Amino acid sequence: MVQFNLPKNSKILKGKYFKDKTGSKNIKKINIYRWDPDKNENPKIDTFEVDLAKCGNKVLDILNKIKNEIDPSLTYRRSCAHGVCGSCAMNVDGVNTLSCMKSHKDINGDINIYPLPHLKVVKDLVADLSTLYRQYESIEPWLKNKEKKSNITEINQSKENRKKLDGLYECIMCACCSTSCPSYWWNGEKYLGPAVLLQAYRWIIDSRDEEKKERLKIVADKLKLYRCHTIMNCTNSCPKGLNPAKAISSIKKMLATN
Amino acid sequence: MSAYKIIEHEYDVLVVGAGGAGLRAAVGLSESGLNTACISKVFPTRSHTSAAQGGISAALGNAGEDDWRWHMYDTVKGSDWLGDQDSIEYLCKEAPKAVIELEHYGVPFSRTDDGKIYQRAFGGMTKDYGNSPVQRTCAAADRTGHAILHTLYGQALKHNTKFFVEYFALDLIMKNGQCKGVIAWNLNDGTIHRFRSHITIIATGGYGKVYYSATAAHTCTGDGNGMVLRAGLPLQDMEFVQFHPTGLYGIGCLISEAVRGEGGYLLNSNGERFMEKYAPSAKDLASRDVVSRSIAIEINEGRGIGKLKDHVHLHISHIDKKIIEARLPGISESVETFVGRDVTKEPIPVVPTVHYNMGGIPTNYKAEVLTVNGKDKTIPGLMAIGEAACVSVHGANRLGSNSLIDLVVFGRSAAKRAIELIKPNTPHEKVNQKETDKCLDRFDRLRNGKGNNQTSELRLAMQKTMQSKCAVFRTEKTLKEGVDEIKKPFEGMESISVKDKSLIFNTDLMETLEFDNLIRQAITTMESAYSRKESRGAHAREDFPKRDDDNFMKHTLSWHNGKEVKIDYRPVTLSTMSNDVQTFPPKERVY
Repeated sequence: MVQFNLPKNSKILKGKYFKDKTGSKNIKKINIYRWDPDKNENPKIDTFEVDLAKCGNKVLDILNKIKNEIDPSLTYRRSCAHGVCGSCAMNVDGVNTLSCMKSHKDINGDINIYPLPHLKVVKDLVADLSTLYRQYESIEPWLKNKEKKSNITEINQSKENRKKLDGLYECIMCACCSTSCPSYWWNGEKYLGPAVLLQAYRWIIDSRDEEKKERLKIVADKLKLYRCHTIMNCTNSCPKGLNPAKAISSIKKMLATN
Repeated sequence: MSAYKIIEHEYDVLVVGAGGAGLRAAVGLSESGLNTACISKVFPTRSHTSAAQGGISAALGNAGEDDWRWHMYDTVKGSDWLGDQDSIEYLCKEAPKAVIELEHYGVPFSRTDDGKIYQRAFGGMTKDYGNSPVQRTCAAADRTGHAILHTLYGQALKHNTKFFVEYFALDLIMKNGQCKGVIAWNLNDGTIHRFRSHITIIATGGYGKVYYSATAAHTCTGDGNGMVLRAGLPLQDMEFVQFHPTGLYGIGCLISEAVRGEGGYLLNSNGERFMEKYAPSAKDLASRDVVSRSIAIEINEGRGIGKLKDHVHLHISHIDKKIIEARLPGISESVETFVGRDVTKEPIPVVPTVHYNMGGIPTNYKAEVLTVNGKDKTIPGLMAIGEAACVSVHGANRLGSNSLIDLVVFGRSAAKRAIELIKPNTPHEKVNQKETDKCLDRFDRLRNGKGNNQTSELRLAMQKTMQSKCAVFRTEKTLKEGVDEIKKPFEGMESISVKDKSLIFNTDLMETLEFDNLIRQAITTMESAYSRKESRGAHAREDFPKRDDDNFMKHTLSWHNGKEVKIDYRPVTLSTMSNDVQTFPPKERVY
């Protein structure tokens, strides 16, 4: 008889409860996904009561407060805290976002914080992005010229051509979009996903690049590109307000009309 | 400490840090065929170069006549004559080539009407040796650092640099006064690695996080500087900490000088454009130390804005919306996100905020690390670049947009020098286990810390002391108090508590190791500041308001042996590198 099992660690249990010790009247309950690779245990949701009267406005401020004052073992990535480095991408209140840009005042009730979905978890809120990074390398993210250019003059680019890079070059590779995409969830090893396809398009459309055709060839594949079914979760989740879905459809259009 | 299994690696060159400087060096090294590894505690594009906004200086002359000698003059003057003029000549002369190279790599610079790289005005950048402002700062909107960092990472991939991502460097491996590599900890699987290399290049950035309020990222902990101090080597000019005039009030997020470069100006609570008073000619585009001090004076004299009268306003609402949209989109977004204001209608609340460390690991213009033993002496096998280094091109005060150019010019220079120095197929020397054991002893001791002091508490105490005792204005009294007070968090480490004992992604331990690096730099910064009894650039002493060239036109060196700080000095290089330009002799600095 066929037996079905849930994948390992898919069952999340109730974890510890950290009660407020400050006596503050402005308490918010924060539920955070915890998983320690050293312990052979299921993941758990720990709940922290946090005094918002003495806390910055962003979700990252809450995490820092918990780490500094309640539980130093809480693990997450963070760096710039200004929305430019892309380190602190996670799932907050059901939406992938940068915790440093997400205001906790926008969230009613308890705040639920999980790692980016559908990635292998390294520890707590730290997810493994190595597949996405390998896919990024595969689109060869560097300018290609047929011959070496003179090293004393710039390659000119008109303002109109430069404008085509707007909405693309700003991507900080936080992976909020790719990890919100159901197609990427199912076929993440083969489908390049919105983040990487947006980067691919950034080089395809750069007027200075001389290998547009070869670049299109790299992505013209039923799995790499055409697993995009215009679900649009990517564009909805991008914390920088970019539109990866549009970039993908532009690639498809170029392939269809070339 | 045999408990830790060690994984061995051998490379011609090891670059520690993958920001703008580390990546530029890695690109040059890999391109030349040297076997190059780059280790970084964060994925390369997460490095803090990504936060650089306004631009990268180079006398390209795309917006009117320009000359690298004018750029050199501005940089020497900006440095308040503490910069080494041979290195500054090298920086400014090589700058145009380095920027064109970046453009060829694919950096999406903004463009002029005729398709050239767009250049904007920036503080202290002038034409004809100080006569009038010049547009010298090359920009990709207000995301120049981000654009450069991502492009450089792509180039490093192109040339097959071997990356070790999320590896935390613990200590240098030193043998007979030479550097033989680095010990590092892989956060993702908890393993310990010994990298042996002919040359190690430190590109670990600044240490802004010794202060409570800084534009610096959480990761800006100066880990390379910490390693250098532990190796018994000195840091240079640590007292020179740049306060950026316009950090977002209450948040600390950087508001680029580009805002003023594009026509923005500062107002106090009386609605006065107060910079006209302090810098009649350059006004809001005077150099950063001058503008920060002016804001501090306005606030101290009661003309600050807000309930606490503790900040000023930066206005850009008079600028055409289309220009703001095209040239300052990132700023508009940050102000909206963090203080909920529309910059096209409302002013931006700003306050001087710690931003950059002029000091760091002393090097020559070839990026070779220096120490003194009677006279300057290089440390074989060790180089430093970027904010971690003190070449010194910024001297006592860095000009805006001179940082990004520093990264690429000296990243490139380090690669060139390493290529000259390393003979192909040189075998690696054996290294003694003792150095590794010493490093892992410290690692293990901190990891098993069961004391009473939490890292976050010690860090906060350090940050508050630095913020109150070593700020924009300093006095004998505050610095003396600072020197005593800053020792306490260091002593507190003897009884440190690390709750997480694991090896995989143990950020509790990582923050503790970072604190160990930070506190040593905080101590050397405070002691260096206490010892410099003059005002120069970013080091403003209320009790010694004048620059004192007779006694203090010299670089401070500071060693920290784990207990005491030793201070010594080395001369500033006034002579230029070539006959293409003459020395700029010291004179009074007026903007």
